[in-house]
Amino acid sequence: MNVDALYQEIILDHYKRPHGAGLRDGGDAEVHHVNPTCGDEITLRVHLDGDVVRDISYDAQGCSISQASASVLNDLVVGHTVAEGFTTLDAFQELMQGKGQVEPDEDVLEDGIAFAGVAQFPARVKCALLSWMAFKDAATQATGAQAAGKESS
Amino acid sequence: MAATYDVAQVRDDFPILQRRLAGDLPLVYLDSANTSQKPRQVVDAIDAHYLAHNANVARAMHQLGAEASEAFELGRTKVAGFIGANRREEVVFTKNASEALNLVARVLGDAGAVGPGDEIVISQMEHHSNIVPWQLLAERTGATLRWFGLTPEGRLDLENDPIGERTKIVAVTWVSNMLGTINPVADLVARAKAVGAYSVVDASQAVPQVPVDLAALDADFVAFTGHKMVGPTGIGVLWGRYDLLASLPPFLGGGEMIETVTMERSTFAAPPARFEAGTPPIAQAVGLGAAVDYLSSLGMENVAAHEQAVTAYALERLLEIDGLTVVGPTEPVDRGGAISFTLDGVHPHDVAQLLDSKGVAVRAGHHCAKPAHACFGVQSTTRASFYLYTTEAEIDALVAAIWHTKKYFGA
Repeated sequence: MNVDALYQEIILDHYKRPHGAGLRDGGDAEVHHVNPTCGDEITLRVHLDGDVVRDISYDAQGCSISQASASVLNDLVVGHTVAEGFTTLDAFQELMQGKGQVEPDEDVLEDGIAFAGVAQFPARVKCALLSWMAFKDAATQATGAQAAGKESS
Repeated sequence: MAATYDVAQVRDDFPILQRRLAGDLPLVYLDSANTSQKPRQVVDAIDAHYLAHNANVARAMHQLGAEASEAFELGRTKVAGFIGANRREEVVFTKNASEALNLVARVLGDAGAVGPGDEIVISQMEHHSNIVPWQLLAERTGATLRWFGLTPEGRLDLENDPIGERTKIVAVTWVSNMLGTINPVADLVARAKAVGAYSVVDASQAVPQVPVDLAALDADFVAFTGHKMVGPTGIGVLWGRYDLLASLPPFLGGGEMIETVTMERSTFAAPPARFEAGTPPIAQAVGLGAAVDYLSSLGMENVAAHEQAVTAYALERLLEIDGLTVVGPTEPVDRGGAISFTLDGVHPHDVAQLLDSKGVAVRAGHHCAKPAHACFGVQSTTRASFYLYTTEAEIDALVAAIWHTKKYFGA
């Protein structure tokens, strides 16, 4: 298997200069996700403005794939509604779990298409999905809290 | 290296070492601390058992049953001889070393060996399987868990000894699976004995690579696994002093571990059967017996000397690499054949992936030793581990692949 398919230039760029890295104050939900088999960790906060994801801040420890994936997540989801974020997440997850058979849509995934090669390395799929699953969890909690807040007010 | 030890001849016994990987690259297998490869002799023994002698043990009255029982028990006899056990009944077969350690922790707890105010001593370099069972035992009984810390070099901090009059159990590893450190276990067993504590030794990485003499060690319990010593997966060993085993309650209940059963109560078989409920790993015991024969035919002194020489060469070559830091002892003294390292600017998973692309198989991650990693301020490492078939040419391939990795990531 060609390792260059895994380590696309775009991925290495995101790894070296991750977008939106660091935890910022505030946020509507914070989660901590761990990949127990390899020890990769991410603490991620979702900052909402109504139903728009105003920011995703995160502190991640892990390999180039997991770090670059968190950076791409930040690019693709910040500024969009939670629902749009979940649609993008579905597309990214489909690509990752497609065993290299899924043709990615560049309009939806932008730099995320660089992860197409990761799908051919089953052991690394979980690295690419770590931050996305953390986002899903945090956004679900945040919107759940919002809904609960509306009901009680 | 011993003059009698011919690594090329040894490699001929391991067909998998001839494998070509993607891109027609030769396999460079440096993950033996994870699991060792198996020689033809072991695979053939398992094969012959299944194809000609397969039956359940101890309960079948037919000829095949007698053959299978004899072969299974011969495996026990061979293992007992290999580690210098006084009696073959001291060898309890489990499914792996984790189960062996859990067995000791569970039955010592059930026997009331520890309670509130008592202390269990482990170390910070333990594999998770020699940490978690003791944490669980401490939670169940109200005992306190204490541990030896580590020196910056990656050895036990023996100056700050947590063993004291409250200590009831001391459970330590003989050889660290992550740091490679060989611990002075006989000394630790003596310290445990001096305060009247039980001693438990995790010998998972020791039995495969150093000569073991239980009489000299004088421990109460020793755990190890078959698959790291050229044997099959699915079988581990708990060795325990016979009088102790005989005084302890059963672990799992079921077939073969009883003396008699009524609807109200049961009485239990003598060791080792008391601790071996259900159909045991029969073919695996046959395979482990063949593994022990194989190691004995090479001579464990020769295996240890080879491991030492390869490790010394690897340390020397690895330490030449800029930005590479060995986590663990850097001198080939009291050191086993596992070397964990970090490479500046490249995450261990990425190192392992790049090495794999060159046919070099290593492990990356926390190696089931998160506290040991935390001690050195790292989340994970890359680990190369060697065994009786590892060559200096393979170390050279590892070093070349690390240089390639550095270049690839611009590190």
